[in-house]
Amino acid sequence: MTDPVLHLDDIVKTFPGVRALDGVSFSVMPGEVHALMGENGAGKSTLMKVLGGIYQPDGGSIHVGKEQVTMSGPLEAKAKGIVFIHQELSLAEELSVAENIYLGELPRKSFGRVDWRKLSDQTNTILQKLNVGFDATTRVGDLSIANQQMVEIARALTVDAKAVIFDEPTASLTDAEKVVLFDVISDLQKEGVGIIYISHRMEEIFKITDRISILRDGQYQGTVNTAETNEEAVTQMMIGRKLDLSRNETHHELGDVALEVRGLSCGKLYQDISFEVRRGEVVGFYGLVGAGRTEIAETLFGLRDPSAGQILLDGEEVRITSPNDAIARGISLVPEDRKGQGLVLGMNCRDNMTLPQVQDLTSGPFVAEGAEVAIFDQYRDRLDIRTPGWKQLVGNLSGGNQQKIVIGKWLSMHPNVLIVDEPTRGIDVGSKSEIHKLLRELAAQGYAVMVISSEMPEVLHVADRIVAMYSGRIMRTFTSDEVTEDSLIQAISGLGGHEAA
Amino acid sequence: MKPGTLSKALKSGAIWGFIVLELIFFSIAGEYLSLSDKAFMDWENMLLLLKQSAPIGIIAMGMTIVMINGNIDLSVGATYAIAAIVLLESMTWPIFAGLGDMVIPVAWLLALLVGTCLGALNGLIVWKTGVDAFIVTLGSMLGFRGIVFMFNGENPTSHLNWTLVDFAEAEFLSLATASWFLLAVTLVIWFVMAKTVHGRNAYAIGDNREAAVNAGIRVGPHMMVNFAIIGFLAALSAVVFYSESGSVNPNDGQLYELWVITAVVLGGTKITGGAGSVIGTFGGVIAIQLLRKGLGHIGADTSTVNLVIGLILIVVLILDRQLNVKGKEELKV
Repeated sequence: MTDPVLHLDDIVKTFPGVRALDGVSFSVMPGEVHALMGENGAGKSTLMKVLGGIYQPDGGSIHVGKEQVTMSGPLEAKAKGIVFIHQELSLAEELSVAENIYLGELPRKSFGRVDWRKLSDQTNTILQKLNVGFDATTRVGDLSIANQQMVEIARALTVDAKAVIFDEPTASLTDAEKVVLFDVISDLQKEGVGIIYISHRMEEIFKITDRISILRDGQYQGTVNTAETNEEAVTQMMIGRKLDLSRNETHHELGDVALEVRGLSCGKLYQDISFEVRRGEVVGFYGLVGAGRTEIAETLFGLRDPSAGQILLDGEEVRITSPNDAIARGISLVPEDRKGQGLVLGMNCRDNMTLPQVQDLTSGPFVAEGAEVAIFDQYRDRLDIRTPGWKQLVGNLSGGNQQKIVIGKWLSMHPNVLIVDEPTRGIDVGSKSEIHKLLRELAAQGYAVMVISSEMPEVLHVADRIVAMYSGRIMRTFTSDEVTEDSLIQAISGLGGHEAA
Repeated sequence: MKPGTLSKALKSGAIWGFIVLELIFFSIAGEYLSLSDKAFMDWENMLLLLKQSAPIGIIAMGMTIVMINGNIDLSVGATYAIAAIVLLESMTWPIFAGLGDMVIPVAWLLALLVGTCLGALNGLIVWKTGVDAFIVTLGSMLGFRGIVFMFNGENPTSHLNWTLVDFAEAEFLSLATASWFLLAVTLVIWFVMAKTVHGRNAYAIGDNREAAVNAGIRVGPHMMVNFAIIGFLAALSAVVFYSESGSVNPNDGQLYELWVITAVVLGGTKITGGAGSVIGTFGGVIAIQLLRKGLGHIGADTSTVNLVIGLILIVVLILDRQLNVKGKEELKV
């Protein structure tokens, strides 16, 4: 057996109060594509940061080839042949493609001058290999998200890499570009480069990887040969139990149509969107990042102006011009980024919950504290928010309880339509199912609920109907009885979704 | 034409268009309003204008780097005053008494060294504490100014060295010494920002700091170098100006930071960093000086000048925002 190009041995990394990595070991062989899987928060990113020298491990060792190394930073990792392709686009938009690809190590001439000719020659060679439609001098900010991802991938080809780490590289790529990416990967493979491939997409993992290593809660769960396993077994290792792909079986009594959208468009973001949501119904919006789901929600909440189409509330056409307007008309949006958009982390639970209506809760010139506490108590009991008391700072609560505060905040505004965007992102498995149950209950109480989610089990679990979106268009609408995983995946990948909804 | 090309062209050319507009306006308005018979667009007058731009202009070049880098430096005015005092005072020190006129380069070096160190100190604090540059330099602005007052109370510090004055008042190819310094600094900083790895990294850090860290650029030391550069330039500006005037008031240089920042922003540098150009800043400096001079020419007083420049700055920022909006589908804030 040949020696691994990269070997991690018993890596431990602790943060105050958390053991983020607990004895993780695995190795990558030359010419191997090695998948690294795990749920959000399982420790994948921490492990990669340790490998890149951004964090120093508290225990364990890293070997590149036969040599034990200590990574002091990303440049050293790169110099040792370890290249990272980041998931979040790590690009400077104002700079050119070439400058971004060689960021941190622009070729120099005398007096620290940039060697522009060498830079653009090298870059164009790489871009040719990638078969993309832009050149070295294009400004990165002018490229589409997918092309920006290709720039990120091009970085892998700048050095004589021993191991390349791809962190969710396909998140924003179209199918044609994926093919190019997979070609790049197999070329690297042939050159004997070891590849670590981080992805949540099972079909890709099973298509291109040789082995799979799994992390759960910072602990190494084992490595399996891809050929000898299946999705179910891998999922089980990831979440410690079988994935609950059960459909939502119960249906509530449906009321009138609360929200109807006809032919709604907003520039290039999405086009010709039509759907309706009834009272008592949960409609799931499923699609890839960038499919236009969040933008629809933002339009309904008055944050964007649609370029065409109608929005009808209770059968009456309305123009929603601002969030204030939306709230007054009974639409509430629980945003995607809980900490950034939904909560003031440094404020206490009560104040967060009453934030949108604090203007109305007054006694004379002062805020009516009693009324605020009453509202908080009501929703704490109703949503089962676990907190020592209303004085607790929201920043100290768990993700699940934070999300409940946000939901409670909007429920206290008495909406008819509740839009929740990625309700369980970054929330642990236990709290997830609680949030799901809560959403079902809310629908049962007569709210019309829109759930935007990128997680298939989630939409399958909570939605009565599922709207599948691809690239700004609705591909198909499924009822929970007829939906299958395959048809859903096809629809959101832009394949075979042209049947009438 | 691709969408966005027009707004881009408008943005990069705007400052020069504005300068032309100013020239036309003051020439015409000057005909009717000016108390002097001289035309505004007189060659001598324009050369004088370039010379008068030098103190602000030299510092503005440093501010361009620091702002492209995503930081800001409010302490430049105070650094300027300190460097001026060091320059004038050190020439009178007994240990240098035997040097004769050779004291001049020594005093220059001392002043520049002090400026560079003060700038580097700002940078070091920003780097090591991670505190926002605005706060750090707000503190050092007050602190440095305090040092100036501690030195000589409310009294001016004066020392005239005639050799130095002769050098400062010399003209070469009809450009004053100060103008030459401004042009040289502009050229050097332009070269650094457009052609060198250091300059390109400055753009990258201001644009996307996380990406720069991921790419292995040592952001902290990089920023410290830039603060040292602006400190050096603030001192250089003082050296050039006070070589001629020979007397520094403890209040000198106050509000310089605001003039400098105004010039840089007018020149198209993004307040959030990542974009901007040295040539644009040069345009911004000239535009402001034209405005001050022009308004003076038609008889406006200082307070009117400040009012007008303030208004123009706000209008420019609103226009910039409008030009940057990506169309109707933009998220409302």
